[in-house]
Amino acid sequence: MTDLTNLGIAALRDGVAKGDFTATEVATAFNAAVEAAQPALNAFIVTTPEKALEAAAKVDADRAAGNPLGTMAGVPIGMKDLFATKGTQTTAASKILEGFTPQYESTVSQKLWDAGAGMLGKLNLDQFAMGSSNETSAFGNVISPWRRPNDTAPLAPGGSSGGSSSAVAARIAPAATGTDTGGSIRQPAAFTGISGIKPTYGRCSRWGVVAFASSLDQAGAMAHDVTDCAIMLEAMAGFDPKDSTSLNLPVPAWTAGLNADMKGKKVGIPREYRLDGMDPDVAKSWDDGIAWMKDAGAEIVEISLPHTKYALPTYYIIAPAEASSNLARYDGVRYGLRDLPDGAGLQDMYAATRAAGFGPEVKRRIMIGTYVLSAGFYDAYYTQAQKVRTLIARDFTEAFQQVDVILVPTAPSSAFALGEKSADPLEMYLNDVFSVPASLAGLPAMSVPAGLDRSGLPLGLQVIGKAFDEQGVLNASLALEQRAQFTARPAKWW
Amino acid sequence: MSVDTATVAKIASLARIKVTEAEIGAMVPELNGILAWVEQLAEVDVTGVEPMTAVIPNTQRLRDDVVNADPLTGGDMRDAVLANAPAPEHGFFGVPKVIE
Repeated sequence: MTDLTNLGIAALRDGVAKGDFTATEVATAFNAAVEAAQPALNAFIVTTPEKALEAAAKVDADRAAGNPLGTMAGVPIGMKDLFATKGTQTTAASKILEGFTPQYESTVSQKLWDAGAGMLGKLNLDQFAMGSSNETSAFGNVISPWRRPNDTAPLAPGGSSGGSSSAVAARIAPAATGTDTGGSIRQPAAFTGISGIKPTYGRCSRWGVVAFASSLDQAGAMAHDVTDCAIMLEAMAGFDPKDSTSLNLPVPAWTAGLNADMKGKKVGIPREYRLDGMDPDVAKSWDDGIAWMKDAGAEIVEISLPHTKYALPTYYIIAPAEASSNLARYDGVRYGLRDLPDGAGLQDMYAATRAAGFGPEVKRRIMIGTYVLSAGFYDAYYTQAQKVRTLIARDFTEAFQQVDVILVPTAPSSAFALGEKSADPLEMYLNDVFSVPASLAGLPAMSVPAGLDRSGLPLGLQVIGKAFDEQGVLNASLALEQRAQFTARPAKWW
Repeated sequence: MSVDTATVAKIASLARIKVTEAEIGAMVPELNGILAWVEQLAEVDVTGVEPMTAVIPNTQRLRDDVVNADPLTGGDMRDAVLANAPAPEHGFFGVPKVIE
């Protein structure tokens, strides 16, 4: 029998349905892989092998009884520890939520369980999803399964969905949920040679997802390939009355609609993304992507997104502002950590609790957000940023009058080593340069592996689509995937 | 605009985060670096541009005016609401004494 842990969503689901293997065999194989890799990769904050087995037993029983099986039946997945899971600790990788046991299930995770998926565990991430390297977690760094040749230096799996990317790339989970606020699905997918899609803002319910920046946060799928991402996203998406920004639209049949033929399609190449001093390997992979799009029948159109350079500073005002407001709820009263110094009053308790519970990057962003929202600075920073955000979104609207999708690199480099960028917050922020604009405009965007750079590490290509056009994004990504023929895998050292 | 130690102390107080003098000292250059960088937004001409309020056009919905229309977000959940409280007392959230 083939090693089950090498299979993705579609192969596992179909194999279980056909009876080639049981869901219990699948769950057992992945549970073992998780346990073996956990000391080296630290991809999970908690593992839940019993949950994976429980879901698998139900699928096996349903199959034996001839009951219909869900689209994710028999597939055990990793759940980013930003999704509330009833009865299983949910921390957002912060000490302030250590021990927090939700009394309810997030809409997205519930939909995945309803589709027959099981849970391998809760995946590590940057604390409150704030980071690009998974170095801000209170539960330790996640290590990428990838290494540079003849070098054992630990590399970043990307962030904030670093546990998700590391687990899928190491084949200890066939797929994982991610969330994307400024690139937190796409950049880690690119760093680890997997695929990841962030849908249009509002497609996936935010109910039960620990909030970072509510106008940007979107859940999405991370998996081996485009088809698996389509299957998983279809299971996750859908209208939810409990989220006031949820889109009241039917979920299209993205998987059935997959079509890599790009004839008649126009692919936009924004000139502003070709930065001075761009990494030559990243530039080459972008050129490869352009050639693959032409080969698939698309017409290439040069476009302009003139406010691109302002996207990052806009993001680093808006996201911290929203975070400072969202994270005000961690007060040591209702849930999570409480630090009550001797004789302290209520205000002292708040301040002590938040000082003890939040990590340095979370504090930094709360401080920036508090400052830009404070009296006297609100208009100069926050209102100005919201106006520039309007212009950034308008750039995309105008570009999409000429083209169907936009093709750009996912990240400015391949994975960096842990510690390489963590000393300077600004340098870390610059890693989001290619992913943040689509987030600010609420657009669907996907990263697919394009090839390896000179140091043998994966590079990703990003497809950005029109609002609501996940199908166009998936199709263009599939055309890239078929031509990139990316089969490289990290050599197993863990 | 740049911040000094007094401003950083004030922001920390507004944000209800206890900070030491040493932490404030470290934060001043960090925050100033970030603020100097975001200030490039001031050069963008935003004449006549409305600040963004919703990235994807959507309408605010009202739920039906029915008690416990959605049992998940309705009432009668006291024990579940208190289940993760650090110091629940007699069915309430416990806090340090606020009135002398």
